[in-house]
Amino acid sequence: MTMAHQPMIDQWYPVALASQLPPEGRATQLMGMPITVLPGTPVRVVTNDGRDLHVIVRYGHVWTSLGKPSKELFDIPEADQPGRRLVEVGVVRVRCSPLRAVENFLDIAHFPFVHTDILGAEPHTEVGKYDVEIRDEEDEVWATKVQFYQPQAAKSASGGITTDYMYRVPAPTSTVLYKTCPARPGEWDVITLFVQPLTEELCDVWPWMALFDDETALTDLIHFQQMIFLQDRSILENQIPRLLPLDPGREIPTRADLTSVAYRRWLKRHQFTYGAQLVAQ
Amino acid sequence: MILYDYILSPDAYKIRLMAALVGVKLELRAVDVHPGREHESEALRALNPAGSIPILIDGDLILTESAAMLVCLARLAAPAWLGGNDVADAARIQQWLAFSLRLTDHLGGARATEMLVEPGDLPALQAAGTIDLRELEAALTERRIIGQTFLVADRPTIADIACFPYVALAPDGGLSLDPYPSIRLWMRAIRMLPGFIEMPGIHRLHELKPEPVSQLPETV
Repeated sequence: MTMAHQPMIDQWYPVALASQLPPEGRATQLMGMPITVLPGTPVRVVTNDGRDLHVIVRYGHVWTSLGKPSKELFDIPEADQPGRRLVEVGVVRVRCSPLRAVENFLDIAHFPFVHTDILGAEPHTEVGKYDVEIRDEEDEVWATKVQFYQPQAAKSASGGITTDYMYRVPAPTSTVLYKTCPARPGEWDVITLFVQPLTEELCDVWPWMALFDDETALTDLIHFQQMIFLQDRSILENQIPRLLPLDPGREIPTRADLTSVAYRRWLKRHQFTYGAQLVAQ
Repeated sequence: MILYDYILSPDAYKIRLMAALVGVKLELRAVDVHPGREHESEALRALNPAGSIPILIDGDLILTESAAMLVCLARLAAPAWLGGNDVADAARIQQWLAFSLRLTDHLGGARATEMLVEPGDLPALQAAGTIDLRELEAALTERRIIGQTFLVADRPTIADIACFPYVALAPDGGLSLDPYPSIRLWMRAIRMLPGFIEMPGIHRLHELKPEPVSQLPETV
């Protein structure tokens, strides 16, 4: 790994579910570096040459960094809101760039075609106008006022509704989605995708949710999210080029891709280039 | 009928698919296999000591092998899915049901290792899965040469349903289906069946939807 990736080395990444650590620890890797996540109080993450890495346990997951994180782990205030159910969805490995996993999560236009009759349906394919900004103070990418017609927006939704969305990227490989909460109008359901970069073209994805839903069995909530993400997986593994291009080239964004454009611009601004392709091809 | 189910399990999908194709309504009980490992819990081991999913319950009948469940659903609702009275056909169906266990071990093993980060020897599983795919490709190619689409009869049988899910999901385990044209044609025929349902990783045939009508004038 070259110094060119230092800005991403100094970020936090999820490396395990805190509740699922085996006694012998979880052997995994982060950005090509073999590491072991060890259970205990406190949880430790060590490299093969015995170096102890920074660790924080938050949002159900163990987070670590190969470098010196310049910031605390991003805040999700809703995680501490009483009455929410915190759902650990488990790991799914995807043979794609960690940045592509995030970028796909930010895309709405694919819903009717990949999540047919669940998150979208033909002929309701139009993505309306929405707002995108890179918020300077928080240093995060935000997309707001996103609306989309959905046949079954959540496990707790019965019948089609127009769903409101907000998307947020607080870290290069973590993204938070806020969407209409069918069970409690006025609140947002929180659905996240935490991505662990194994290499530039391989990642472990840890979806996690904080929902208002007292009706649905936990297993059904987990399976709904696994179903959605597994529908994405086969698409993600077939995207070309495998690295996410940050310069305009072969991929021509449309108006519906504004969030993706802002995400790429933000990545480039911060030199978050692990898993990215810099020269247009 | 109660099916102890997991949305990502290809074996459970076989049963959901078969039930949908023959019009049997199942009562689904979701089991937290990943990450919860609920299938290995005491309550479920009491039903199925092997600790596997799916489990099908019909009154006193408790089935834990997907091939047996396919037979049960076909006998109950649509016996044509068991093939005709031909001795060779009946034997061939059993042959493919047994073959499908190899698919579970090899392609299913590769998928669990590659996708759900379960322990496993991925290169060995992929190598064994490739041998299975080549055998299936050869058999389906021979069927095509005599003008047939499905594995055993001139119509789909439980043999096709037993083999379809793990094959269709082979790419989840890192095995491309690009080298197998007969398999891909066969999968398309299965996806075209009336009543077909999808699972994550096995998409429906969007291309069968009506062509969008062009709004542009024919000449400019």
